[in-house]
Amino acid sequence: METKKPIVEIKNLFKSYRRGSQIIPVLQDITLDIAEGEFMALMGPSGSGKSTLLNLIAGIDKADSGTIRIGDVDITKLSETELALWRSSNVGFIFQFYNLIPVLTAFENVELPLTLTGLSRKQRKEHVSMALEVVNLSDRMDHYPGQLSGGQQQRVAIARAVVTDPAILVADEPTGDLDRVSAEDILGLMERLVHELGKTIIMVTHDPRAAKKAHIIKHLDKGVLNEYSQSAL
Amino acid sequence: MNIVSLLYRNAFRHKLRTFLTILGMTIAILAFGLLRTVISAWYAGVEASSASRLVTRSSISIIFPLPISYKDKIKEIKGVKIVSYGNWFGGYYIDEKNFFPNFAVEPKSYLELYPEFVLSPEQKAAFIRDRRGFIAGRKLVSRFGWKLGDTVTLKGTIFPGNWDFVLRGIYSGKYDTTDETQFIFNWEYLNETMKKTVPRRADMAGFYMIGLTDANMASDVSVEIDKTFKNSIAETLTETEKAFQLGFVSMTEAIVIAIQLVSFVVIIIIMAVVANTMAMTARERIGEYSVLKTLGFGKWHIAGLIFGESLFITMTGCAIGILLTFPAAKIFSSALSAFFPIFFVSVKTIYMDIISAVIVGIAASIIPTYRSINVRIADGLRKIG
Repeated sequence: METKKPIVEIKNLFKSYRRGSQIIPVLQDITLDIAEGEFMALMGPSGSGKSTLLNLIAGIDKADSGTIRIGDVDITKLSETELALWRSSNVGFIFQFYNLIPVLTAFENVELPLTLTGLSRKQRKEHVSMALEVVNLSDRMDHYPGQLSGGQQQRVAIARAVVTDPAILVADEPTGDLDRVSAEDILGLMERLVHELGKTIIMVTHDPRAAKKAHIIKHLDKGVLNEYSQSAL
Repeated sequence: MNIVSLLYRNAFRHKLRTFLTILGMTIAILAFGLLRTVISAWYAGVEASSASRLVTRSSISIIFPLPISYKDKIKEIKGVKIVSYGNWFGGYYIDEKNFFPNFAVEPKSYLELYPEFVLSPEQKAAFIRDRRGFIAGRKLVSRFGWKLGDTVTLKGTIFPGNWDFVLRGIYSGKYDTTDETQFIFNWEYLNETMKKTVPRRADMAGFYMIGLTDANMASDVSVEIDKTFKNSIAETLTETEKAFQLGFVSMTEAIVIAIQLVSFVVIIIIMAVVANTMAMTARERIGEYSVLKTLGFGKWHIAGLIFGESLFITMTGCAIGILLTFPAAKIFSSALSAFFPIFFVSVKTIYMDIISAVIVGIAASIIPTYRSINVRIADGLRKIG
């Protein structure tokens, strides 16, 4: 059986927070590989460190020690400015509360990350139209977030996440604010992104139904990572 | 879509708040512009003064006159081109509230010395010819509806009695800073009347106005004039016209300083108002800024959004404020023409308005920007939901 090359390689990762004089360990000696095209769910109780791990993989937080290699880049070695640039082309973000900019239309929200690239207006339009087509929202491109349902807003957020064609997508409770039908819809869409576009998705969730869609489920408890079997759900 | 269009839409996200902040900025710039114009008007005489003219007066005080015989002695001093002389008359028209500057001067030399008072050769000749003639500035004539040939009676205060004059000329100012509210009549008329009524006050001039051959000689000529009359019964003090005018302004310097302070206080107040608006705005959007950072937008983009929005608000208010300053200054000018004969919004005031708006816009967004760009992305994202 062919072993897929890991796109995310995490070695001996430690992360702690300081509260006053107290140091609170959040992640302890995390070592993890995620293969390209894999859909991984991170589960665990509140405060277990799963969002922190997701933020570290996405390059929006800094580890105390250890390495995180995404593709060929050790992101723990990058400066804040380098990380910002790296994020813009390598990671797509899907948040629980969609986090769309309310004064921009669906089209403009999806276009936002592309404004950091050197693409022309015409090229940007093509990319945005394609991304909105993937999430099946081409007919709502001129709607503002306030004019869309929660599920539709999350689909716009997914289009924004994939529009720069990043290798990995990180999703923090993507169905946490959705009803059951919309949640199923979003999870189906995420599965399509993995199967049809070959994206690697790392998803933090509390929802066992959402986690069941993933290929691998990892469980974090008090900062320590454990394997979890699908059948345990 | 680009960052500028996001900035613009952000600015109108809270329409009422933005409208009120722009309104505040507009009022502040209007008040600042008018106060600066009042200060400019205060110094208008100084601005209008020439570097090649000197004023000689009594060294004790301007209220003490000098003998008319000084004229010929001053004329002989090297560097002196023209000598004119005059008296502050201090009369009023019909009622004391109708104040305007009125002088008795030697007409020929005076008009030669003050080419900025422009009138036709015919009117000039008529004024010089008629001892009871007077010329008045365009604004003064328009204020009282006088016409050429009209007899105008002034009630004297320093020189008591009713004094009849005939309007022989209407001058207009060569420059924006030329006072067009003056009433100038023939010194001979005053002197002859004094000879008849109060002889001891005759043949005396309140001040001499001296034109120089070279402005660089002002200092030397001043010293020479004062040296000439040293140890005489009426010692002189000679200074440049600018210094002479500044001497008058310095008497009211406390008021000018107070107005200047108020004008800056207005700007400081609006700075606090805009800073409050920007602080609220940035606090509300801390989550959004974190989202932008996750998408790859850097600190400079976030700073640009906050500074840009702040500058958009202040510059919009500034533009409206400047536009309103002109009609407001016009109303002020007509209402206060007796006190501020030269009252117009100068280019310098406009520049100061713009600079103030830029400073307010930048200063108001420094702290909100600092906080927004330094918040950890993970902490900022927690503010959403």
